[in-house]
Amino acid sequence: MDDALTTVLLLLDSTIRVATPLVLAAFAGLYSERAGVVDIGLEGKMLAGAFFAAATASAMGNPWLGLAAGVAAGVALALLHGFACITHNGNQVVSGMALNILVAGLAPTLAFAWFSQGGQTPLLPGSARLPSIVFPGVDAMAGVPVIGPAYAILFDEVNVLVLLAGAVVTVTGFVLYRTRFGLRLRAVGENPAAVDTAGLPVARLRYQALVVTGVLSGMAGAYLSIAHGAGFVRDMTAGKGYLALAALIFGKWRVGPTLLACLLFAFTDAVQIRLQGVALPVVGVIPVQAIQALPYALTVLLLAGFVGRAVPPKASGQPYVKER
Amino acid sequence: MTTAPSAGEPPALELCGIDKWFGANHANVAVSLSVARGTIHGIIGENGAGKTTVMSIVYGYLRPDSGTVRLNGEPLACRSPADAIRRGVGMVHQHFMLVDTFTALENVLLGAEGGRLIGPALAHARRELERLARDYGLEVDLERPVGELPVGAQQRVEILKALYRGADLLILDEPTGVLTPPETVHLFRVLRALRAQGKTIVIITHKLREIMALTDRVTVMRRGRVVDTLATAATKREALAERMVGRTVPLTVDKPAATLGAPVLEVERLRVLGADGRERVRGVSFQVRAGEVVGIAGVSGNGQLELLEALAGMRPVAGGRVRLTGLDLTARPDLFTAGGLRRLGVAHVPEDRQKVGLVTGFPAYENLILGHHGDSALTGRLLMRWRAIKARCAAVMDRYDVRPRDVSLPVSGFSGGNQQKIVLAREIEADPALLLVGQPTRGVDIGAIDVIHRRLLDLRAAGKAILLVSVELDEILALSDRILVMFDGALVGETTPDAADERRLGLMMAGAASQS
Repeated sequence: MDDALTTVLLLLDSTIRVATPLVLAAFAGLYSERAGVVDIGLEGKMLAGAFFAAATASAMGNPWLGLAAGVAAGVALALLHGFACITHNGNQVVSGMALNILVAGLAPTLAFAWFSQGGQTPLLPGSARLPSIVFPGVDAMAGVPVIGPAYAILFDEVNVLVLLAGAVVTVTGFVLYRTRFGLRLRAVGENPAAVDTAGLPVARLRYQALVVTGVLSGMAGAYLSIAHGAGFVRDMTAGKGYLALAALIFGKWRVGPTLLACLLFAFTDAVQIRLQGVALPVVGVIPVQAIQALPYALTVLLLAGFVGRAVPPKASGQPYVKER
Repeated sequence: MTTAPSAGEPPALELCGIDKWFGANHANVAVSLSVARGTIHGIIGENGAGKTTVMSIVYGYLRPDSGTVRLNGEPLACRSPADAIRRGVGMVHQHFMLVDTFTALENVLLGAEGGRLIGPALAHARRELERLARDYGLEVDLERPVGELPVGAQQRVEILKALYRGADLLILDEPTGVLTPPETVHLFRVLRALRAQGKTIVIITHKLREIMALTDRVTVMRRGRVVDTLATAATKREALAERMVGRTVPLTVDKPAATLGAPVLEVERLRVLGADGRERVRGVSFQVRAGEVVGIAGVSGNGQLELLEALAGMRPVAGGRVRLTGLDLTARPDLFTAGGLRRLGVAHVPEDRQKVGLVTGFPAYENLILGHHGDSALTGRLLMRWRAIKARCAAVMDRYDVRPRDVSLPVSGFSGGNQQKIVLAREIEADPALLLVGQPTRGVDIGAIDVIHRRLLDLRAAGKAILLVSVELDEILALSDRILVMFDGALVGETTPDAADERRLGLMMAGAASQS
């Protein structure tokens, strides 16, 4: 097969793999922020999801229990965020940041106490990681020129969470615009007073949104430690929570554009990995650090100049207090 | 025109001894009143009289500390708006409770979706709303985001929301504050049509004129209490005003004839861009002379705000010429700034006193010196002379009757009227040659309106020039020597209070008639 085509296909394949946690986290943030709760704590929830998923999978040897534990950790933190911001009208940025700091310290500490491996969890065997699905027809099509190998690159071994992320995007688009829950969710993020005077419970709606946020961010973390990776490593989210938030803003809190933003960030990351150590024409070999900074530099550039005015949900960041 | 309640028919709404405290503030004191079915009932009172509070309790938005609410003789559990909505109560709040990014249809649907999916309900709601629109003259564009609709249409969406939920008792809180005169006429027609269908309507307002024009009975509230309930036909505006304020208030101010001096402000073909980059003031020319009040009438949002801000140096001028006592400001960008104009003797009472005119977290004395920090009587070489500042503040508060007389109280602790007196005092005390004043009595109660109007006329008598922007036609008519009508960024008419025909003014404000 053509070398260039292979390269492109490999890039696409790794884009999807890198995009998965971003998509899950960005859509986690979408639920929370469309409901009017700013969630800068995605990073922390992901990290907690990653740690508890890996720890449980390692202890029980079952990846599904690990996934459940990661999700539970995400939900628990989301509810804590809700308790501070919804029930007690706390500052949402401060609460989110506090969660990030809490988890960044707590996860390695617990890992050290439980596993004594320098703040990591033990390397997971294949049986304790979330399985991949081999799409039917890979073998059958192996003989077909071009299409066969291409199909194999893209559809051989697709992790279940990758598929799940795809489902999350579709379902979110439907829920947000076609269902009663979605209508109320969007309303409570724009004008909670309108929701309140329509006789609907503002706080309950926001808590419901945060539970979804917790589930998805826990999954995003679990993907890192028990699907893509094979164990928890200190700071393994490496800013992906913030990157997801940036994708959400870049996507203007809308389903399609947010997905595209995640894919774009993931694509630059895939390119970045590919470029490491490759001698480019004219400039030669670029230092790894400079290349690794590419996705982040792109984020700053895009957010600063190319998004236009990103108008967030009007009530986001504001606790709802009844007017007199 | 009212069908007298037949014997034995319970009132549509009955309140018994409603009490409500906000902290130390007793907002409702044993409020009892009853509203007969099929009538329009007015509730009138000054700001802070507890009108909105008591109706928010009926709607379940606030909970009473004690007392009972009955609808058609049956007690109503005031736990949440859901209870009230189920029992057929609808409320149109002063600040609309709409989701700006939603269409009218989605707004109506919110909370009344009828199922987990909104598809079927959308179709049903569209048919139902089209019927309501036909029956009551409540036409709105159902498919556009309501944030893009004019306020009159937004209000119709609010009424539709209530009717769609089957409201029999409709409460409207200050519904005409944002409407043009023709829109107000339209609204009143809708309300009368609803009454004819047997609906009961409660309208909260502080405008005597509306009470007289629309209601069957009227309840007057003052400081949280019901003062009186009267048949509208059997009372007069003066009597209602007296009950509202608790003392006799003159509803008109005496205005001596103007002694005109030289032109102070000359504006030629002025153009100003709005915050969104669109041209909001489009080639406006006029002048204001010493000893004259020029009133700019118009519905809010027709460029008055931008005009005033540009003249106050807060917004750049996009074209045209502005002269102040002969000095061409447009040629002197160094002086055409908020600070420069202040030094040239221009004072500005901004439309939005809380955001622009005051630092609400600061005490009164600090607010009274905003913009005058360089005054040598107030500032030494290094330190502020706080004692002198406070003494001056106390004297000014006396002169302008600011209550309470507490120089150290944060401005957020004063009522709207007293906040406005503080702004006005600061600007007038600077002894300006020209005073720019926007909406001087918005959200201000009748007693304070009187003080504010008198101070403005004192300034006029002292030979100063005043440019007044107001959406209150009564205020424009009472204070102005000349009236300019602004519509869509242009001056569309000029008249004097004596020659003014209110109907024609209203049409001009709505852009329907130009100067003849």
